[in-house]
Amino acid sequence: MTTKFTPDHEYIRVEGSTGIVGITPYAQQQLGDIVFVELPPVGKALKKGDEAAVVESVKAASEIYAPVSGTVTEVNEALTGEPGLVNSDPENAGWIYKIEIAEAGEVDTLLDADGYAELTL
Amino acid sequence: MAEIHLDDLKKTPLYDRHVAAGGRIVPFAGYALPVQYPTGIMSEHKWTREQAGLFDVSHMGPSFLTLSHPGGEADADHAAIAAIIEPLICGDIAALKPGQMRYSLLLNDNGGVADDLMIARAPGADGGLYIVVNAGTKDADFALIAAAAGDKARLSRADGDYALLALQGPEAVNVMAQIAPAATELGFMTYGAFDWGTDRIFVARAGYTGEDGFEILVAKQDAEALWDSLLADPRVKPIGLGARDSLRLEAGLPLYGHDLGPSISPIEADLGFAISKRRREAGDFPGAARILAEREGQLRRKRVGLIIEGAPAREGAEILDAAGAPIGVVTSGGFAPSLGKAIALGFVPPEHAVLGAKLQVSVRNRAQAAEIVPTPFVPHRYFRKSK
Repeated sequence: MTTKFTPDHEYIRVEGSTGIVGITPYAQQQLGDIVFVELPPVGKALKKGDEAAVVESVKAASEIYAPVSGTVTEVNEALTGEPGLVNSDPENAGWIYKIEIAEAGEVDTLLDADGYAELTL
Repeated sequence: MAEIHLDDLKKTPLYDRHVAAGGRIVPFAGYALPVQYPTGIMSEHKWTREQAGLFDVSHMGPSFLTLSHPGGEADADHAAIAAIIEPLICGDIAALKPGQMRYSLLLNDNGGVADDLMIARAPGADGGLYIVVNAGTKDADFALIAAAAGDKARLSRADGDYALLALQGPEAVNVMAQIAPAATELGFMTYGAFDWGTDRIFVARAGYTGEDGFEILVAKQDAEALWDSLLADPRVKPIGLGARDSLRLEAGLPLYGHDLGPSISPIEADLGFAISKRRREAGDFPGAARILAEREGQLRRKRVGLIIEGAPAREGAEILDAAGAPIGVVTSGGFAPSLGKAIALGFVPPEHAVLGAKLQVSVRNRAQAAEIVPTPFVPHRYFRKSK
């Protein structure tokens, strides 16, 4: 299991050929209180960089991009009733969707934890 | 989009306090101001509804309009100064009693709203008006008022030399009792000057949240001391621009540049109450022909409040009828922390502007259910004194 990051503050936790995608603790802190999460439809095919979901704070909407190409296999329905999970537990209970990774090589192009940490200093 | 550097922005006398408190500083109307403090918009919003929130609104345009040659007779002097400002606005300023404040609208010749503003008659016999205009329009407003004043009156801008603080919420009155007890005698929409220690502060019982509260004008060298004194009370927390916006939206109060603008008339904006009876009957304000015709029903669009299911509809989102045809546009929209749902203000044709009407809004090209509801979305809790 490995976790990679995008410069846009998404994380992807890779478990076999599946990736669990969410936003980083830094991102949720920057966005402030999340009041609504628009989840992608299960089965949607995404290319790396596509808009996959939207998180809305009191003030603004922010797009969440696909860190890698693949197909959405599951979404975190708990966020519909409790979008604040993205704030309180972004890396676990606040995950947004799972993706069946199409090209494993794309994972290698993402930032590792140290590389991402440097971005948010 | 061009990068805006904070260095290019004006700072209010309380800027250092915002930074020290962990405020997230953003550009707003040319000023560097906190959009939120570390606890965030949601908790700041709820704190203001339950306790008391303290806002730095020094970016706004407070000013004093005074007669150049007062005669010394209070009512005659007030009539003279009212006659200077009234041709620009639709309110009855002549009728104000000493210390009374009125919400009014600065109009252009097309009957559009050039700004919304507060005008108060000085409490004493010195024949002056206290006028507070919006930050984004203040230079234009002040130029207009100064031109109308000519050599008969003098307009003194208080922005720059003063800080303007807003203390808002159900506990505001109890906090004010510790600062300037006499100011708690003010009723909603009245104004006075009070001693605070050795300083003089100008206090209006008004605000932009729908709650009881005060707006306090204080000399800039005393601003930090007053800010600190207010925050020393455990019932008071500092509140940023984010919650200021969500609070005013829940209160159904329009925001200039969004829900109000130079092409929008007072009738369209559902602010007919701001056209005083005497002025309406005289028809002696800019754009009167259009505004009075609209009041009689010749209206193209009307501002309404919407409760929205699902994702918030933001400014610019299309309003659709039940069949999906575009009929209007959202001018302010967001999440209402007190209600736990999305709300919006927007304009629709009058035939659709019916309470309970089931409409839709388009968010990211998807239609979501919306219903026209009365505003305010959250009831006002002003402190009105019986006359």
